[in-house]
Amino acid sequence: MDATLPITDEAYDVETIRRDFPILSEEINGHPLAFLDSGASAQKPEAVLQRMDQVYRHEYANVHRGAYSLSMASTDHYENARKTVARYLNAASDDEIIFTRNATSSVNLVAHCYGRKFMSVGDEVIITHMEHHANIVPWQLLRDAIGIELKVIPIDDAGNLLMDRYEELLSPKTKLVSVTQVSNVLGTIVPVEEIIRLAKAQDVPVLIDGAQGIVHSKVDVQELDADFYAFTGHKLYGPSGIGVLYGKKDLLNSMPPYEGGGDMIDRVTFEKTTYRESPARFEAGTPAIVESAGLAAAIDYVESIGIERIAAHEKAVLDYATAQLSAIDGLTIYGNAQNKAGIISFTIDDVHPHDISTIIDSRGVAVRAGHHCAQPLMDRFNIAATARASLGMYNNKADIDQLVDALNYAKDIFS
Amino acid sequence: MDDMLRELYQEVILDHGKNPRNFRHPEDATCEADGNNPLCGDRLTVYAKVGEDQMIEDVAFEGRGCAISVASASMMTDIAKGKSVAQVHDLFDKFHKLCTGEEEDISSDEFADDIEKLKVMSGVRQFPMRVKCATLAWHAMNAAVTGDAEATTE
Repeated sequence: MDATLPITDEAYDVETIRRDFPILSEEINGHPLAFLDSGASAQKPEAVLQRMDQVYRHEYANVHRGAYSLSMASTDHYENARKTVARYLNAASDDEIIFTRNATSSVNLVAHCYGRKFMSVGDEVIITHMEHHANIVPWQLLRDAIGIELKVIPIDDAGNLLMDRYEELLSPKTKLVSVTQVSNVLGTIVPVEEIIRLAKAQDVPVLIDGAQGIVHSKVDVQELDADFYAFTGHKLYGPSGIGVLYGKKDLLNSMPPYEGGGDMIDRVTFEKTTYRESPARFEAGTPAIVESAGLAAAIDYVESIGIERIAAHEKAVLDYATAQLSAIDGLTIYGNAQNKAGIISFTIDDVHPHDISTIIDSRGVAVRAGHHCAQPLMDRFNIAATARASLGMYNNKADIDQLVDALNYAKDIFS
Repeated sequence: MDDMLRELYQEVILDHGKNPRNFRHPEDATCEADGNNPLCGDRLTVYAKVGEDQMIEDVAFEGRGCAISVASASMMTDIAKGKSVAQVHDLFDKFHKLCTGEEEDISSDEFADDIEKLKVMSGVRQFPMRVKCATLAWHAMNAAVTGDAEATTE
C-alpha cells in the first residue's frame, strides 16, 4: 500500500482536533507522545476539562437534595446530562438512562437484577468468544448463584463471529443474548443488528456491551431494538467514574433495585420500603455528579465533530497502520475481520508484548500489552498476551510512523 | 532512557531469555508451583526436587513470559541448585531488594558471587512495572518449596 496514503476526509482536520487535547503536547521520555491506547481509556478534550472545572468552582452541591440554588443547579446539570445521553442514544425516554460507574457495573446490574428476577436453573445466556471479562464474569457469578448456563458463540481465525453457530445456540432455553459491539482485542465489528433480529424472532432480549462500540459508531437504541445497552464515559473522551446503562423502560421497572440506599426509595419504614421507578431505582447514593457534566461535554464535543467522520478517519488510520505493521518482519496481527474498528493487536516473533511495551514507551509510544481482560480469547489463539494499538479521533499518520520506528528499535534490541 | 533500556535488556538477560537454562519438567520433582502474573497473563511453573535434608537437588521451570521473567527464572534455577531451602529464601529476599533498589553491602555475604550474578537484573528498578516480571519465578519457587500450589505477583 502507498505509504503516503491520504486521509480521505479533507475537512477532518486532525491537527486542529489534536490541539483540543492538552495531554497530546506532553513529551514522554524525551519524545512526543504517540498515544495509542484509547481502547483502554481515551484522552480528554479541553471542553471536558473546563466543564468539570466550572462545575466544581461554580455549580457544585449534591443533587436531588436541597431546595437551595446550588443544589438545584447541580440537579439540573445532572439531569441535563441524562437528557444528553438519551438524545445521543436516541432513547425513547430520559428515564431509560441509568448512570453507573462504568460499563462493567452496567453489565453487572443487568446480570444481578434482570438475571435473578427472570432466570432460573437451566436457563441460558449467550455471549461470544470475544467478550471482555466484564461480559463473562457477571454471568458466571449468576451461574454460580442460580444455576444458569453460559453458551459461547465461536469465531473464526480472522475474528469473524460464526453466525450460523449463533442460530444453532438460540433455543427456548435462551433467556438473554449479551454480546460486545466491537471486540476490544481483535477490533471486530460484531453484526449486532443481525444478532438482535435473530434473538427477537424468538422473543429473547439482548444486551449490547458498547464500551468499544460507542466510540466508533452511531448508536440508535430504538433502531437497533436493543433491550439493554452498556457503555462507559472514559472511553468516549469523558471522565472515568461514570458509565451508562440504557434499558427499555418496562424492563427496568420490572427489575428489583441493585443497591439500596438514599435517592432510590419511595418510602422507608423499618417494616417495609417501596422503591422509585427507573432511573432513581438504580442510582442509590450520591452519584458521579461532576462526571455527569463531563460526560455530557464529551458527547457534545464528539457530536460537534461527528461520530461517523471520526469513525471514517480512524478507519483510514487503521488501514495505514495495518499496511505499515504488516510490512514488519515477524509481526503477526490478530484480528482480520471483514469489518474492523480502530484496534490492532499484534505480536512480534521473539519479543514478548511486555518487552515491546517497555521498549517503545522509551520512544514515547503508549500501547497496551497483556491479555486485555479477554483471556478466553487469548486461549483461542493460543497466546498469553498481545500488544495492542487502539485509535482515537486524534491519532494521525505520525503516531503510526512513530510506532513503527519504535517497534523496529525493539526488534533491534532483541536481534 | 536508552541507557536505562540497554541496562535492562543487557546481553546476559537476552541470552537467558532466548535460551533459558533448566527449561524442563523433571520427573522426580518433589514439589511444584505455578507463578501467575494476573496483569499480563504470564504463567510459569517451577519444579524442585528437595531432599529430606531440605537441600534443593534440582530445580527447573516451564511456561511462557517476557524476556525479563524468563531470564530471571533461568538464572534462578542455575543459582538455587545445591542450596538449602532456607538459603534460597534468604537469597530471594536479597534479590527482591536488589530489584527495588534497596542496595545492601554484600561483600561479606556467603553467596556474594551469586548476588553479583543476579545484579544483572537490577536494571528493572528503573521500570517499576517490570519488578513483578523479575520476581515471578522466585515467588513460584518459594511457593513450591513451602508447599503452596500457586504464587501470584499480586
